Amino acid sequence: MAVMAESAVAQVKPGSLWSRAFESRNFLGAMFMVPAIAILILFLAYPLALGFWLGMTDTKIGGAGRYIGFQNFISLSKDSVFWLSVFNTIFYTVFASVVKFAIGLYLALLLNERLPFKSMIRAIVLLPFVVPTVLSAIAFWWIYDSQFSIISWVLVKAGLITRYIDFLGDPWNARWSVIAANIWRGVPFVAITLLAGLQTISPSLYEAANLDGATNMQRFRHITLPMLSPIIAVVMTFSVLMTFTDFQLIYTITRGGPINATHLMATLSFQRAITGGNLGEGAAISNAMIPFLVAAILLSFFGLQRSRWQQGGRD
Amino acid sequence: MSSVQIRDVRKSFGNFEVLHGVSIPIEDGQFVVLVGPSGCGKSTLLRMLAGLENITSGTISIGDRVVNNIQPKERDIAMVFQNYALYPHMTVGENMGFSLKLRNASSDEINKRVKRAAEILALSPLLERYPRQLSGGQRQRVAMGRAIVRDPQVFLFDEPLSNLDAKLRVAMRTEIKELHQRLKTTTVYVTHDQIEAMTMADKIVVMHDGIVEQMGTPLELYDKPENQFVAGFIGSPAMNFLKGHVRVNGVATFEGPNGVKLPLKNAPAGSDGRPVVYGVRPEHFTIADDGADAEIIVVEPTGSETQVFAKVGGEQVVAVFRERHQFNPGDKVRLKPDPSLVHLFDEATGKRM
Repeated sequence: MAVMAESAVAQVKPGSLWSRAFESRNFLGAMFMVPAIAILILFLAYPLALGFWLGMTDTKIGGAGRYIGFQNFISLSKDSVFWLSVFNTIFYTVFASVVKFAIGLYLALLLNERLPFKSMIRAIVLLPFVVPTVLSAIAFWWIYDSQFSIISWVLVKAGLITRYIDFLGDPWNARWSVIAANIWRGVPFVAITLLAGLQTISPSLYEAANLDGATNMQRFRHITLPMLSPIIAVVMTFSVLMTFTDFQLIYTITRGGPINATHLMATLSFQRAITGGNLGEGAAISNAMIPFLVAAILLSFFGLQRSRWQQGGRD
Repeated sequence: MSSVQIRDVRKSFGNFEVLHGVSIPIEDGQFVVLVGPSGCGKSTLLRMLAGLENITSGTISIGDRVVNNIQPKERDIAMVFQNYALYPHMTVGENMGFSLKLRNASSDEINKRVKRAAEILALSPLLERYPRQLSGGQRQRVAMGRAIVRDPQVFLFDEPLSNLDAKLRVAMRTEIKELHQRLKTTTVYVTHDQIEAMTMADKIVVMHDGIVEQMGTPLELYDKPENQFVAGFIGSPAMNFLKGHVRVNGVATFEGPNGVKLPLKNAPAGSDGRPVVYGVRPEHFTIADDGADAEIIVVEPTGSETQVFAKVGGEQVVAVFRERHQFNPGDKVRLKPDPSLVHLFDEATGKRM
């Protein structure tokens, strides 16, 4: 009503440029977008651009840097610790993501069945997700402690081993240890999201498949998996991105040690930039993660593209 | 094709019994419609027949085989679901061929049978489409196609037309009936729509609150309803019921509310003075000088017929006339039921007298 009245008034006396501008769809549209764009620029574009820029400079903490082009990247390409961190990151991401998916899917399928104490089990499954990362990391730190580890203690008491395991002192032990911690933390997200996906599948599809003669395995293969694939694509993209950029767990448990065996690109970047003071080099390491992340996103983008069966028509 | 025997079947969910001993014999090739209001247990019975629900007691056999403990996939039945339950990620052709694929049929065999079913249902141009790209009626036909391809012993339909619009429903009704006439496969069809039941069935089973009220051919149920429930359920608009007493002094009459007198052909033995329910179908009223006084409330012409709501003895009744009368609300007319087509029910038990 008010708008109509206003435009009626405006028609009566064709007024200033200002009032005419407010009648233009394009101008109004642009005006309404200003707040959103401002927020995006301030909190997304600016930090990202600053990160890119820092990666091209030799900025140190406390001093203004100057532009040095790709010098940081060239020196990183000859840096064996950097390449070790790249290997660690990829290994950590691939292994943890695959296991998280497997366990998450298993739990989701289990929770989708009629179970006694189902809601309680579901709450327990969610627990690792609820605990603050640093807190759970500290717990794992204790679990992996060379003298007080509960795992070692149990195994020794059970007579299975004679010496305490050096979880965080040996490179491969440390890698497996942090991967285990990451899996423990990441499973709930995968499980709950996949469970939500499972619950959108109409039970009558399973009944129809049952009458069509499908065994349990065939129902999973021909109904569950294809119907779940869009959710799987989303959840695994998120899982891969979060694992690839993981920082808290590693930094709290191992700080990248022993001898850089668990350094991920994120922890190395932090160590070089903040602890070491070389902001430029640290930013360059972070920037080096971008191609990997873009590749992961593209992969899931093509996976996510609505399959043909989801398009067209209405329900 | 096969006969189906349902013998004294009961079903409980926890302590709550929803089916109280249902027995239905179904002959080979028959089209049986289970009809009843929602919650009467008809869908549960169908799902028990399909093997999707356990049978608490009693037996169900398909052919000579008791199937109580046989897995759904071993029962050799095909079911059309209310929501069709088409696999959204498969094309029409894949949907129809899925059961054959699971049985490791050769792709030649699958193609041949899918093609044949598609021809029967006029789905041939749609075989490459996905369910989302189909209209409601087309999806319905795909669901039937999926059943036909299997060539099962028994077809089960669970309210298959309730998601379609009125016009399409009428068309699909005919299509399903024609399909049954062609394939002659034993069919059990569940619906809450008595018109669907009347038009399609060889045999109607009227269910109510977990029991069978009456079984019979559509016209048997229409002409001789065994109780007041069936009388009220079959027929549209529904039968009029008036409470009153039978009076026999020389000529049998029915004395209804506020002393209104209605004709009876003959009074059942020993019914003099008994409280009864007088049932008359709307289409069995005529306008006659010796009819009961009635005041017209609402007139609803549909073109082919006119529904007239009127008050008789203070009770509202509905009458349907094929001929065109000039009625206006408030008019006084005389309505006379055809005495040979009147039904009498015991007021206490609701049983036909």
